[in-house]
Amino acid sequence: MTDLGITRGKGQPLPKPPFYKRFFDSTLVSIAIYAVVIGLIAYGSYAGAQGMGYNWQWYRVPQFLYRNTEIGFEWGEIPIGLVATIKLSVTSFLLATAIGLLVALLRLSGLVVGSAVAVAFLELIRNIPLLVLLYLFYYVLGPIFSFDRYTASILTLAIFHSALISEILRAGINAIPTGQWEAAKSIGMTPYQTYKYIILPQSVRFMLPPMTGEVVHLIKSSAIVSVIAVAELTTFGRNIISDTYMSFEIWFTIALVYLVVTLILSIGVSHLEKKYAVDQ
Amino acid sequence: MTQPTPMIEVTNLDKFYGAFQALKNIDLTVQQGEKVVICGPSGSGKSTLIRCFNGLEWHNSGRLVIDGIEVYDGAKEIRELRQEVGMVFQQFNLFPHLTVLENLMIGPMKVRKISKTQAEETARNYLDRVHIPEQAEKYPAQLSGGQQQRVAIARSLCMETRIMLFDEPTSALDPEMINEVLDVMVELAETGMTMVVVTHEMGFARKVADTMVFMEAGQIVEISPPEQFFTNPSSERCRLFLNQILEH
Repeated sequence: MTDLGITRGKGQPLPKPPFYKRFFDSTLVSIAIYAVVIGLIAYGSYAGAQGMGYNWQWYRVPQFLYRNTEIGFEWGEIPIGLVATIKLSVTSFLLATAIGLLVALLRLSGLVVGSAVAVAFLELIRNIPLLVLLYLFYYVLGPIFSFDRYTASILTLAIFHSALISEILRAGINAIPTGQWEAAKSIGMTPYQTYKYIILPQSVRFMLPPMTGEVVHLIKSSAIVSVIAVAELTTFGRNIISDTYMSFEIWFTIALVYLVVTLILSIGVSHLEKKYAVDQ
Repeated sequence: MTQPTPMIEVTNLDKFYGAFQALKNIDLTVQQGEKVVICGPSGSGKSTLIRCFNGLEWHNSGRLVIDGIEVYDGAKEIRELRQEVGMVFQQFNLFPHLTVLENLMIGPMKVRKISKTQAEETARNYLDRVHIPEQAEKYPAQLSGGQQQRVAIARSLCMETRIMLFDEPTSALDPEMINEVLDVMVELAETGMTMVVVTHEMGFARKVADTMVFMEAGQIVEISPPEQFFTNPSSERCRLFLNQILEH
């Protein structure tokens, strides 16, 4: 072995990182900084509310979550609203995915008319604000085709999100190498069989992360249907506030409920992603 | 002697990509059981030609008849034809989300509507034939390139094909894996399969080819039996090409 002037054996220890780095990298200090920042925000809100003479009445909030009456246990308005929001979102999402898949396939079909229709649809939907789209469905198309506000809400959310979902699906499908198409073709598969058995199962892992984002986005934007008084979480929040004037407490609670739902969703999907992770 | 049956008949075939003519006036006949090896410089149209044979590319004019079925864009019989004509690709193109066994079974089950038990029996039989029965439960990514290509050959054979097309099957392989794939192809040739192989493996060509085809710039420059092709090619261009690839 040649001696290059380097200490033999264990080798020299690396130089210690500077003190400030060690200080800020430690878990305890990180938690402390986090706590201080959150604390300042909470205190700021509280102090501001005090300053304007706001009367906090948190003790009146639980009755809107659940009640124990003579008849027995019953859910409050907030969980009922949450279930309505989830129903609305799930229905809209399923419909949006169906429309999105149709639009994506039209665009990938290679037919000139097909892709022209798809592009026109995408540009139209993407350039109309969600609120205006809702008004169009409720005030214009609703009376013409005689459907109610609930249907109008579902159609609005589904069509608005189908534009984005179709782009996610298209990107996922395009991410599959052409060799896969050729291999499927060469064993005589129809385009339908190729999508079903070869392309879509492989696309799922490309689609899952952006689709999760889209579901979260849809759940949040479903709050907009409260402007046409469709029964869901935000509408119930507005109703409670008009009865009780506790706008701070109720909006904080509603925001927290949305946050919890979307966080649970994100965590659930990251588990799914691991399941679908195939290495090529 | 029975009259030889032509499996592939190409007459006057032209293929364009926009203004670029990829295939010019191709005439070629492949008899049943014949082994044809196509070689030529890259960009000469070899791959394009054999991709026309199972409808992965469409010719623009001329006539192409495979096993009695006329091939053209929009032909209804093309899917039945593809079940009879197997294709092995340079990049293997195995289905990465399916196990080796599933890769072999999906075609027979979904396209030929064969029962699962029967498809599995066929699949295991062909895995034996390509000498990797022990890899059945693995995913393609867990196999070496040579093993993957042998799975790809087995996948085509599971469709009970009558013609096998090979598009540079060993070009993407590490040198030490080329032989295991070529060995399988030689064994396949011995079973009497009709084969059209695009390759630069001249050792393989000498061993199995009945006919050698040399292409350049979209045209067939030379068609001759291997003895003549390797010793005394009629075209100067072919002689030059052979010198270049046989030098090493």
